[in-house]
Amino acid sequence: MKKRTIAFIIYLVLLMLPIYWMFNMSLQTNADIMGSFNLYPKNITFSNYMNIFTDSAWYNGYINSIIYVSMNMVISLAVALPAAYAFSRYNFIGDKQIFFWLLTNRMAPAAVFLLPFFQLYSTVGLIDTHIAVALAHCLFNVPLSVWILEGFMSGVPREIDETAFIDGYKFPRFFLTIFLPLIKSGIGVTAFFCFMFSWVELLFARTLTVTNAKPIAAIMTRTVSSSGLDWGLLAAAGILTIVPGALVIYFVRNNLAKGFAMGRV
Amino acid sequence: MDKWKDNKAWFLVIPVFILVAFSAIIPLMTVVNYSVQDIFGPGNRLFVGTEWFKETLSDTRLHDALGRQLLFSGLVLLIEMPLGILIALMMPKKGWASSLSLVLIALPLLIPWNVIGTIWIIFTRPDIGLLGAAINGMGVAFDHTNSAGQAWITLMLMEVWHWTPLVALLAFAGLRAIPEAYFQAAKIDGASTWATFWYIQLPKMRGVLTIALLLRFMDSFLIYAEPFVLTGGGPGNTTTFLSIYLVKIAVGQFDLGPAAAFSLIYFLIILLFCWLFYQVLLNVGKGEKTS
Amino acid sequence: MARITLDKVAHSYIAKPSDETDYALRLIDNIWDDGGAYALLGPSGCGKTTLLNIISGLLAPSEGRVLFDGKDVTDLPPEKRNIAQVFQFPVLYDTMTVFDNLAFPLKNRGFTKQDAKTRVLEVADILDLTDSLNKKAAGLSADAKQKISLGRGLVRRDVAAILFDEPLTVIDPHLKWQLRCKLKAVHEQLKLTLLYVTHDQVEALTFANKVIVMYEGAIVQIGTPQELFENPIHKFVGYFIGSPGMNFMPCKIDGNRAFINGSSIPIDDRVAELGENLTDNLEIGIRPLYLEVHATEVENSVPVTVKSIEDQGSYKIVTVRLSGNLLRARLDEKSVVPPEKAWIRFPKDWIRLYHKDKLLTLQSND
Repeated sequence: MKKRTIAFIIYLVLLMLPIYWMFNMSLQTNADIMGSFNLYPKNITFSNYMNIFTDSAWYNGYINSIIYVSMNMVISLAVALPAAYAFSRYNFIGDKQIFFWLLTNRMAPAAVFLLPFFQLYSTVGLIDTHIAVALAHCLFNVPLSVWILEGFMSGVPREIDETAFIDGYKFPRFFLTIFLPLIKSGIGVTAFFCFMFSWVELLFARTLTVTNAKPIAAIMTRTVSSSGLDWGLLAAAGILTIVPGALVIYFVRNNLAKGFAMGRV
Repeated sequence: MDKWKDNKAWFLVIPVFILVAFSAIIPLMTVVNYSVQDIFGPGNRLFVGTEWFKETLSDTRLHDALGRQLLFSGLVLLIEMPLGILIALMMPKKGWASSLSLVLIALPLLIPWNVIGTIWIIFTRPDIGLLGAAINGMGVAFDHTNSAGQAWITLMLMEVWHWTPLVALLAFAGLRAIPEAYFQAAKIDGASTWATFWYIQLPKMRGVLTIALLLRFMDSFLIYAEPFVLTGGGPGNTTTFLSIYLVKIAVGQFDLGPAAAFSLIYFLIILLFCWLFYQVLLNVGKGEKTS
Repeated sequence: MARITLDKVAHSYIAKPSDETDYALRLIDNIWDDGGAYALLGPSGCGKTTLLNIISGLLAPSEGRVLFDGKDVTDLPPEKRNIAQVFQFPVLYDTMTVFDNLAFPLKNRGFTKQDAKTRVLEVADILDLTDSLNKKAAGLSADAKQKISLGRGLVRRDVAAILFDEPLTVIDPHLKWQLRCKLKAVHEQLKLTLLYVTHDQVEALTFANKVIVMYEGAIVQIGTPQELFENPIHKFVGYFIGSPGMNFMPCKIDGNRAFINGSSIPIDDRVAELGENLTDNLEIGIRPLYLEVHATEVENSVPVTVKSIEDQGSYKIVTVRLSGNLLRARLDEKSVVPPEKAWIRFPKDWIRLYHKDKLLTLQSND
């Protein structure tokens, strides 16, 4: 047991090292970073973070990201819940084919859809809006949500549905007041994965936005290509992108293992 | 559980269908459209049939990119699968230690992909990066922007760091599902730790591991952001994988026709593996219900 | 084979238990003989699985010692105690053949291939598994798999005891009987110490020489199936064993009669003596099998109203009401029972008297 724990702790340390390093950078000024090599910040400064919090070009990036990610979560869940129920409870024409087709969308290379998406959203005038990115991310999040939810729903015995219908419940009321509470953890897990994939995705988020809806990820890459690289600032921006993720994991930590057990990520 | 047969269930599926069709079918139609035309400018196009396909399939740069991609995906599987299983075996199973481990392990998975690249750019720089400085300090001249070999090593390091947690989490979930009685019986039978792993744990993780394998293969096959940020596809094009190549010719060179043809081929390869994945999912589901 | 001794064993899952109810297993001081077939019978939560796990070594008791043949094994884990266990669901090595499954424990203990093979063939023969030896264990039916689980215990000739934790739970009903017979045959042939946990009295009563009835963490009675049926020491045993369970009615003794809310019935003088000075918590017990139901008044009978008659095929259950108490009688299928009114008689030999849920016997004090 002991050896196992030590090895695991070593792994955790190695895992956290790159993140720690960036954290280290984020607390130093660029001058300090370029000037000398420090294992930990000698003069801790929060100036990088302050810059980000006060410069709208930066903090808007975060706000934009959070906006479209949240929109995506809501849309994905809203359309996926009824569909998952259908797949879980019913046989209907083309059900297996549709399920498979949804799966293929999860696996779609973003690169393939990049240009067509750009043209599509340009045509309907949605370039540089949050909804565009939210909808684009639905390409893979909606299939994922349907899958995961279907898995959780299949764990609820059909007798419950039947009893409710016999008791006179109409479908919407049954679905909202009886069924959904039973799959609470499933909804949580699904929301988590929607958040995860939408938050980390770069290609669509960058391509479909210009300035108004530019996510933080794209702002950072823009910074990278310009000259006079401010490592401290970049590092701080990076650390701040990890924070929402860490919070979300913390909230679903109890259901994480179960969610991954669905195996559909 | 036997399902009810009712085609009216389609109504529940329509929102999903419309949304995904909008996101998938319409763009795909555009792609198909482009793949059979030569586009000189807006409004100026010529139907060329399968010419782009022929050209793409014989494009040596595409072959090279495919070769690199396969090598990359192969290495990914070779390293991440055993490593993920190992980590899952080492993880604490209960209590606050378990929750904490889960959170820390999952962290890399929630970092935006470009930030992953950024983290590793910083980390491996000889002047300001811990790893870069450490390696150079040991006497090895390390600079991945100049050497293809080192670029690959850095890339693999980043990729393994980033995605092994996914395998580990899946394997962990699979391990946790094994009833305690199996371990008790193994103890009573006098089985060694290795025998317990080989005859009980590994077989019972078969389903999860197959899913992990297919997921990692497919995801690594369409990877874009991380290698792009780290190496830009270079030095030269030594780390240009399929997605990077595609974006280059589609957006960079604006060769819509060839790009579209390539997209379709790319997608078809993925579809094939997707179908495999689907079959496995179905069987794993069945297996779990009977055992 | 071993003689199992439980020396003042008790177990609580709470660190500092303060009273009786904190204990999952109350004080047990018992010796079980080598080679016996014992059943641990009781409802869910009575502590039987806790007790089994303490004997097998999967659980260390918070108090007391466990001895095998006089040797203290309390701190030894299962693999060192030389026991075998069959679980509620088949626990096998799915990737191995039946042969390899059976040979596995021997392989781990250093047996040569030849010795192991001999042993495996012997056991496979006893369990009728010889034809399946080369098949993959995963593909067999549940009852075959449980036999394999049992086999892994039988191959170890020196196994101290084989413990069964509700092993028939996942077996199809029509195969349960077969498997039960097989277990009994194995016991008779090999004379092993077998300990069988179940909540099903039929399983317990057909399988065991001695049944240990448990209730709320305590052993309530140990005895042969007959003893448990005829003389249940505790009201719970009377109620739990038998189908339907024993009838109980509150009563008072006066002279040589028992008075139940107005009616009275004659009872044996010695039994009457036991209950004489006890004024409350006194109950009469009689098994449905022994309660006589007559269509007309007979000597020493009391009138009752008939509430229901259930035809169970080979027997009938008649429910009657006597002075506010519901009683059940188990009659032969051919008996004729009047639909509304009848007379019942309590044969003196089968009347039992209970005070505060415990049987009053000629040797017992209170």
